[in-house]
Amino acid sequence: MSESDFKPKVVAFLCNWCSYTASDLAGTARIKYSPHARIIRVMCSGRVDPTFVLKAFAMGADGVMIAGCHPGDCHYIEQNYKTMRRHEMLRYLLERMGVESDRLRLVWASAAEGQYLAEAIDSFVAAVQKLGPLNWSANWEENGQRAEALEEIVHEHAEAMEVLP
Amino acid sequence: MIDEPLRIGVYVCHCGSNIASTIDVEALAKFAEDLPGVALSRHYKYMCSDPGQELVKRDIREFNLNRLVVAACSPNLHEATFRRAAEDAGLNRFLVQMANIREQVSWVTEDREEALRKAKAHLAAAVRRVARHESLQRQFVQIYPRVLVVGGGIAGIEAALTLAEAGREVILVEREPSIGGHMAMFDKTFPTLDCAACILTPKMTAVKLHPKIKLLTYSNVESVEGSVGHYRVKVRRKPRYIDESMCVGCMLCIDGCVFTKAKFPNPFDQGLGTRKPVWVPFPQAVPPVPVVDPEVCLQITRGKCKQGCVEACGERNAFRFDQQETIEEYQVGAIIVATGFKTFDPSVIPYYGYGKYPNVYTSLEVERLLNAGGPTAGKLVLRDGSTPKRVGIIHCVGNRDANYHPYCSRVCCMYSLKLAHLIREKTEAEVYSCYIDMRTPGKGFEEFYNRVQNEGVYFVRGKVADITPVASQGNGKGDGASASNALIMKVDDTLLGTIRNIEVDMVILAVALEPQADAADVRRAFGISCSSEGFFLEKHPKLAPVNTASDGVFLAGACQGAKDIPDTVAQADAAAAKALALIDAGQIELEPNTAWIDENMCSGCKTCIGLCPYKAISRDEERKIAVIDPALCKGCGTCVAACPSGAAKQHLFSDEQVHEELEGLMSYV
Repeated sequence: MSESDFKPKVVAFLCNWCSYTASDLAGTARIKYSPHARIIRVMCSGRVDPTFVLKAFAMGADGVMIAGCHPGDCHYIEQNYKTMRRHEMLRYLLERMGVESDRLRLVWASAAEGQYLAEAIDSFVAAVQKLGPLNWSANWEENGQRAEALEEIVHEHAEAMEVLP
Repeated sequence: MIDEPLRIGVYVCHCGSNIASTIDVEALAKFAEDLPGVALSRHYKYMCSDPGQELVKRDIREFNLNRLVVAACSPNLHEATFRRAAEDAGLNRFLVQMANIREQVSWVTEDREEALRKAKAHLAAAVRRVARHESLQRQFVQIYPRVLVVGGGIAGIEAALTLAEAGREVILVEREPSIGGHMAMFDKTFPTLDCAACILTPKMTAVKLHPKIKLLTYSNVESVEGSVGHYRVKVRRKPRYIDESMCVGCMLCIDGCVFTKAKFPNPFDQGLGTRKPVWVPFPQAVPPVPVVDPEVCLQITRGKCKQGCVEACGERNAFRFDQQETIEEYQVGAIIVATGFKTFDPSVIPYYGYGKYPNVYTSLEVERLLNAGGPTAGKLVLRDGSTPKRVGIIHCVGNRDANYHPYCSRVCCMYSLKLAHLIREKTEAEVYSCYIDMRTPGKGFEEFYNRVQNEGVYFVRGKVADITPVASQGNGKGDGASASNALIMKVDDTLLGTIRNIEVDMVILAVALEPQADAADVRRAFGISCSSEGFFLEKHPKLAPVNTASDGVFLAGACQGAKDIPDTVAQADAAAAKALALIDAGQIELEPNTAWIDENMCSGCKTCIGLCPYKAISRDEERKIAVIDPALCKGCGTCVAACPSGAAKQHLFSDEQVHEELEGLMSYV
């Protein structure tokens, strides 16, 4: 399958106040962008549970985008900073599990940036197209190493979190 | 939780042709029939219309539907409509989910096949999600019947007066020593040539006298907490070193000051006039109370002075050199932000020579020169005191220029015409007005343009490329009276098709209006977004022009975008009306999507507590679990995403609901 034939499945988590409104604005302005991004509304990018991202990949997504308000502009004061940290953590996690961390992208788009959001979606879809299909669930079965890596991460995490009495 | 089996009703809206022209709505409705739990699937021309809503209500009753999915426009537009329709038919309003197939599919997708695929995915996601919805109670909160108005320019003054006249309490905060803003600096206003002070000062006095308005000048909003209906606002009050309640505004202290000469630049006069350490910005200042500048007052800087001011004040005894900054706290239900604009600093454009050649002025400086209350008592003079014989006005300085601001400030053409008129009226000077396009869309504006043309002002259509002193030209062309200080405006006259060198004594730069220097801090304090140029963003450019993304925070005046006085006043009254409608409702519905803790699952790890910016989560030390105060929770869901044991949950955005949405999004197409 060539790059252009591949229709990736991309899930985009958009925050209600900035980026979802930006996507509405892109619509109102009839700005065309890739249909391969499917949108889920959350109140804040801070609501994006790491499990949402992993679940999306497990369900067959080839890329996941999280979009929130610009740093400093969060409707909930500072929750997008927490997203920023989680994004870093998730990229690390994905990398360790043998998934290209570039399949996850964090984008800031204000309510006024419909055009920008559309461009960001297009550029992300193009990047995912370049990476090719993830086929994670299929890979998962045949490639036991990933499960081992995941177990290792969980183990490390448990150790790090252990609170001394 | 509803125990009965799922009976989901799916409605696909055509939105006239907005959706139907791109998406095969029939196929989409057919596709929904086979989704789990769907009892009925229809498509209809306009779901938001009365017949559309009636259809939903009838079906709910007739077919015992217990969930509703509407595939139509953005939930930001019609979610409330369909929630109400569901409620009317006896279904809990939160058992409704919308699939956004207009803004996010039909309007943004070219390929019909792909559009149908994406619409199917979004619809399936909504169907899977709504199955997990639960009935919720609506929560309301009381609204504190008082409004904070930030900024005491004409916008803030107008909004405050309108609210006060309706009998509502207003706190008006202004950072300068007096209210009045930019309008107080102007001499005349276009196109009627009303004297700005004559129409503004009665309103300023009305603000001071109104029993419902608490005026806090020389003060800043320090912080804003809480949310719509119950904001807690901290106001930092700078010391005037004069007790406002004791001062009668006689201004004798200014005469009495040991500085016999006013030698410090007056910012209100754009630095063209001077003031003493104890001063008022302008004679009609409200409140009519001077301020002491702690940077230059001898008593404050050296602790030693003859205190002529105190002596002049005499029995009134209003001076308080030990006055300290104070923080006052107020409770308000709504906020109107009217923080205005600032003018563009043209010194960043090197070829206009502002700051280099003394007789290049900004329009605001010339406003002060022409103002009878200004530094020259209304006489237009050059820096050396002589009267200019030729004046050049350059339009669009810092505007309509990719290097500075791409937008048009809307008022510059008109105020330039006004300045041209005033200069012709007060002096014999020739006026050359260099414009790119003359923009006069407004009531009486074009007529004013014609009038000024007939008054003999020369209009040159072209952009000025350079300002140079006559001497450096060296071509002996200078025949002006003050040849030594004269300037040459080099302009490409696009109507004559030639480059002209116009000799003038004075250049006026019609500078752009731009956001205040601290606009970013202000908007963050109030939770407002901004558009690309930094002006505050309204909730909807057409239908919610004074609302913001934060409920209870409204916009008025040039902080939202460059505009003239009539538009500012109209917007201020609109903001006042919106604030009035809000506080008079008495109560407002809280966001339903608050977080809560499943007590049986919480391990008391405290992860969530530090994540909440509203301090809504606390730890019940006895039970060793976290507790969320629903009145403080704004429903972002960050704690829910972080909870390691899954004890923190969010109404309408539970893990299960989002997981189902994901399944729906990925599984059927």
